[in-house]
Amino acid sequence: MLRGKDIISIRDLEKSDIEFLLKRADEMNVALASGKRLDLLQGKIIATIFFEPSTRTKMSFQSAIKLLGGQNLNFSSIESSSMKKGENLADTLRMIDGYSSLLIIRHALEGSARYAAEICEHPVINAGDGGNQHPTQTLLDLFTINKMKGRIRGLNVSLVGDLKHARTMRSLLYGLAMFNANITLISPPGLEMSKKIVDEVRERFGANIMEHTTMDLSDADVAYICRIQKERFADPYEAEMAQRSFRVTKDVLKGVKDDLILLHPLPKVDEIAPEIDNTKYAKYFEQAKLGVPMRMALIAEVLGV
Amino acid sequence: MAGELIVEKIENGTVIDHIPAGMGLKVLSILKVDAGSKVALLMNVASKRLGSKDIVKISEKKLDENEVNRIALVAPNATLNIIQNGTVVEKNEVHLPKSLYGVANCPNPKCITNNERVKTHFTQEKNSRFRCHYCEMLFDTSELSF
Repeated sequence: MLRGKDIISIRDLEKSDIEFLLKRADEMNVALASGKRLDLLQGKIIATIFFEPSTRTKMSFQSAIKLLGGQNLNFSSIESSSMKKGENLADTLRMIDGYSSLLIIRHALEGSARYAAEICEHPVINAGDGGNQHPTQTLLDLFTINKMKGRIRGLNVSLVGDLKHARTMRSLLYGLAMFNANITLISPPGLEMSKKIVDEVRERFGANIMEHTTMDLSDADVAYICRIQKERFADPYEAEMAQRSFRVTKDVLKGVKDDLILLHPLPKVDEIAPEIDNTKYAKYFEQAKLGVPMRMALIAEVLGV
Repeated sequence: MAGELIVEKIENGTVIDHIPAGMGLKVLSILKVDAGSKVALLMNVASKRLGSKDIVKISEKKLDENEVNRIALVAPNATLNIIQNGTVVEKNEVHLPKSLYGVANCPNPKCITNNERVKTHFTQEKNSRFRCHYCEMLFDTSELSF
């Protein structure tokens, strides 16, 4: 279905593509749990090219490659490459394209993955291009919700935090709307999701989207939290106040649904109080773990194995 | 006649009519004008359709596709009159193109097109907005620069 395709943006994927990936990721997860050996990528070399720091995305991709029996070529910094000598991005990518069957790229410039896909012969997977897209995070988020709740359609999902700057939230809004979730956007004044994006998602999917500026999770089935990007505030005091009013504490969770799940793309800083980590609601570490089977599914599908 | 401004007719060239008042200078800046060309810019001329309008006349000039596309972005209702031997031989309205290749710069400073040698590419969406093919941001035509 996705054989030979580039995975650059959630916009490029049809609902049927995602449904197929959710199913395949589930199969991968079952295989992992049973300890079954998967050698689908035998003889294949896959490049991970991270121009920006990453812990979860990079390691889960590398883990997925190894669990599928493939080999990993890793580009980890400009400092240790010929880019240090002045080689441009295009030439560097063309070289790596010659050494591998699939390129997984993260770069700070928005549109870098789309550009990489245009100049490389082999498929490219976007592992984050600046503030633009992070499609594999959205796929694993949808996989997590679907797995934990058994569905996405009709769920009340609250996206909470700095919705203006978080790229994961933009892609996730798109994915949730595609699957007909009821979406509530909760952000401090001034950090709301771009109106253009909200309008586009409403128009395209007829999505039910509400917007609030105060934290109320009483109706939520899923609360997806992201960090307030304090560095974006001119006044540190205002940043602190915004973070305090959007911190998930035990008080915030009083009166929530018994089966609420709390998700977070991680890394989290202080937007979720540490005591929440041990509650039944906290599912973000499990969510990060589910990145491996989803990325296994994606790699296998793109390579047609 | 007192108070009337007389502008010489051009024998061969292009007249760009129905430019929104105040946008004539912008249209002029888009055009690549040869040193020998005669150029006239009329501003705030009375217009039945627009109330008031600007007009640009250029001798010995036929616009290329890139120039027409850029004019469509700043003056979406402009009319192009091609003049040969003092007569209008062709009259066309400009249209916002479905795609723009290398026509406008992406306003997003973090877009790859502003940082690597990548030709810009926009696709038209609803309400005459354009989406950057690379950074995926959506822009009004007034936000695009050349």
